Amino acid sequence: MAQYAHPEVLVETEWLASHLHDGGIRIVEVDVDTGAYDLGHIPGALAWAWTTQLCDTVKRDILPKEQLEALLSKSGIAPDTTIILYGDSNNWFAAWALWQLKIYGHKDVRLLNGGRKKWLAEGRELTEEVPSYPATNYKAQEPDLSLRAFLPEVLEAVKKGGVSMIDVRSPQEFTGEILAPPGLPETCQRGGHIPGARNVPWGKACNDDGTFKSLEELKALYGAEGVDEKNPVISYCRIGERSSHTWFVLKYLLGLQNVTNYDGSWTEWGNLVGVPVERGAARAVSA
Amino acid sequence: MGQPGRRAGGTGRGSGGVGVTNETEQSTAGSSGGFSERQVELNGWPVRLTSYRVGNKFVCQADNVSPGACLARFSASTAEEAEAQAISKARHLLGKTKRRDV
Repeated sequence: MAQYAHPEVLVETEWLASHLHDGGIRIVEVDVDTGAYDLGHIPGALAWAWTTQLCDTVKRDILPKEQLEALLSKSGIAPDTTIILYGDSNNWFAAWALWQLKIYGHKDVRLLNGGRKKWLAEGRELTEEVPSYPATNYKAQEPDLSLRAFLPEVLEAVKKGGVSMIDVRSPQEFTGEILAPPGLPETCQRGGHIPGARNVPWGKACNDDGTFKSLEELKALYGAEGVDEKNPVISYCRIGERSSHTWFVLKYLLGLQNVTNYDGSWTEWGNLVGVPVERGAARAVSA
Repeated sequence: MGQPGRRAGGTGRGSGGVGVTNETEQSTAGSSGGFSERQVELNGWPVRLTSYRVGNKFVCQADNVSPGACLARFSASTAEEAEAQAISKARHLLGKTKRRDV
């Protein structure tokens, strides 16, 4: 872990198990399956539901600043609190929460390496008890939009090139064989990918136990698809959460400076009128 | 205060929008145990079945491997029952996925 560019953004299960009751930290579970928390969770952990608490529920957007402040205040979190996020599916939606917390300038937010899966696999303590913490009056910073890519930037990148576009969906979504992950509702009119994008499914960054692969493995994985320090990187998926996981890997584990998450992702691009779409396998990596 | 907003407004269990269905029996959580994973194929798609025990509950979750979205999760008094329910629900959802010629 120490080899990563920013090893401080991860904590290990063993460390967390011995620091559950430390002051100054708040553990939060964010799952794909928002009911998993109720089955049993890490003692002291709260839960945030991505479907209702980590997005604007009226317009399509990330959590508005005022709502983020309310959520953190209700969670007893202050600007100097160390937030430790974990979740199912290799921290998929925990990374989504982390990305938003970084946009709003929370200084110390970390992922539990291996997430809920590793905690369960190790037979560690679980509880059904929902904790209560004194509310705070959290004030977030103005959003740092340098972490986020919007449609005009993506259109410009496609037009001018010079940007590594990483599509982190499954190969079948990338080629256009399917319009949504198997078993989930279709949310786009067209299948395929943004022209020039490379396909690196998000889960390839993880080991079987849910932990992140080593620095060298990650360098090889993304380097083979043309990702390096020379060009800006934009990651995208279907609705922007899988790509927030890849954004985390590229920014904090590999240490890339210019990497953004296009959370509009394929549900935006694949529904637009007139934008170019590629189908089938990716083009060869240019030298 | 507790868990912010989770139980207010219907945002609790099973509301993940990914076809999760759950049956929960009363139990006392302690340590988890019996964690295992295996892959099966349902309707032509790979599915990962993750099983574990929490207290006296046996839990089985089915996900679609890539990307790993939860399709179904059940808890029951036996591991077999939880798995059978999860497989049934996952098979139903996967049957709706259309493949297109590329």
